[in-house]
Amino acid sequence: MSSVLYDVPGPKARRVSLIGSVIGVVLIAALLAWAIMTLAQQGIFQAQRWAIFGQADVWSLIANGIGATLAAAAIAAVIAFPLGLLLCLMRISDVAWIRIPTRIVLEFLRGMPVVLMMLFVLLVFATSSFIAVVAGLVLYNAAIFAEIIRAGIQSLPRGQREAGLAIGLTSFQSRLTIELPQAVRRMLPSLVAQLVVLLKDTSLGYIVAYGELLRAVQVMADFLGPQFLFPVFFVAAAIYIAINLAVSRLAIWIERRGSKKAAGGVAKAPTAGVSTVVK
Amino acid sequence: MDVIIESLPQYWDGFLRTLFLAAVSGIIALVAGTLLAAARVSPVAALRGFSMAYVEVVRNTPLTIAFFFAAVVLPRLGVTFQQFEIAAIIALSAYTAAFIAEAVRSGVNSVPVGQAEAARSIGMKFGQVLSLIILPQALRTVIPPMINILIALVKNSSVAGAFYVLELFGYGKQLANDHGDAVMWVLVGVAFFYLLITVPLGYLAHQVERKVAIAR
Repeated sequence: MSSVLYDVPGPKARRVSLIGSVIGVVLIAALLAWAIMTLAQQGIFQAQRWAIFGQADVWSLIANGIGATLAAAAIAAVIAFPLGLLLCLMRISDVAWIRIPTRIVLEFLRGMPVVLMMLFVLLVFATSSFIAVVAGLVLYNAAIFAEIIRAGIQSLPRGQREAGLAIGLTSFQSRLTIELPQAVRRMLPSLVAQLVVLLKDTSLGYIVAYGELLRAVQVMADFLGPQFLFPVFFVAAAIYIAINLAVSRLAIWIERRGSKKAAGGVAKAPTAGVSTVVK
Repeated sequence: MDVIIESLPQYWDGFLRTLFLAAVSGIIALVAGTLLAAARVSPVAALRGFSMAYVEVVRNTPLTIAFFFAAVVLPRLGVTFQQFEIAAIIALSAYTAAFIAEAVRSGVNSVPVGQAEAARSIGMKFGQVLSLIILPQALRTVIPPMINILIALVKNSSVAGAFYVLELFGYGKQLANDHGDAVMWVLVGVAFFYLLITVPLGYLAHQVERKVAIAR
């Protein structure tokens, strides 16, 4: 990656880059030290503020928050995926009166803030905040899933569909049995990456008073006193980031694994054919 | 439906504030994100490490946490804001910068290696290669994803409404409280104003994408 921009460094360049690194480390360390000093002045690092993490109640509240976050994300993902598949099929349908309204609905869903959809469901249908959060996430992510899968189908070689139609499959059968499975597999990394977005968006539940992790932090800080806000918030943020990083890693792992397989099979086949013809 | 016409002044005010938040945070995020991307591809290991850590952490942080930090935690640490808008702009631009950095970096990687080799072979320094040869080409490829990030920024600015900033979403919540009988129409009105920004931007991204695709 880096070799795009500069040659393998010689002794002089290595020295310059080493000096640069040292200065960079010193600057960043100074910045961190300043932040930590400021925090220490506010008494953030007093042991008593962190002692609350020795209490089981605090952890059980945090665990409840995580549970609520993961439950909303999991249920939303399980509903949004099939719905996304359906919307995708409708979006690329040969029938204009299915395709065009679906397109308008998808544009509408993609262009709106998720939190607005949550508030809409919460107030208009007078549901619980859990249902509002799940509904908001489902509506938005189904639309995104549909667009991702559509991109996957459009990236397939045309012959896949032509072959399906040639052996007498109907257009719908070809989509369902030939194109869709390939498209989903091709777009698996994007779909998993979208799961990170979905997981992150559950935190919008805080705004519609759903008892997810951030709301649990707020409740705890209100109960224990403001001086505990920072420690609890810090731990909650770290948990969020850890969960999301794990899912991101999964997406990267799937991408690597997929690209290895593709390199051996599908992707290389057309180029190989062309080169033999040219020779 | 009358409630929409009746509340047009509030909608307009919220609409302008949403545009303002998105524009200011967008400009800050563009500058900061490009700097982060430059650090990420620089020969200096410390800068690379810092940029990578920042991007990885921020991209996996929910926006609500960033807002919570800027609006609730920072003031208790002694960093107080005269206006909540400033906290919102800090949260939005710090968050968006990470995504811009990723987009610019992938753009840099999409420039053929030969371009940089040619630039180096005529004696250009790293800074010159980056600013004169690579970035102009990279930015061209990254304009469509960049517009998509800006669309997301417009939608993300709605979170500010939950943290005491009266932009579109903030007004939406307030109007919904005041007009308990016409909540649906109030929120449909809010949605309309969001779509007024996001749908044309999406169309623009699509057009630019097609243009770039033909040029390559």
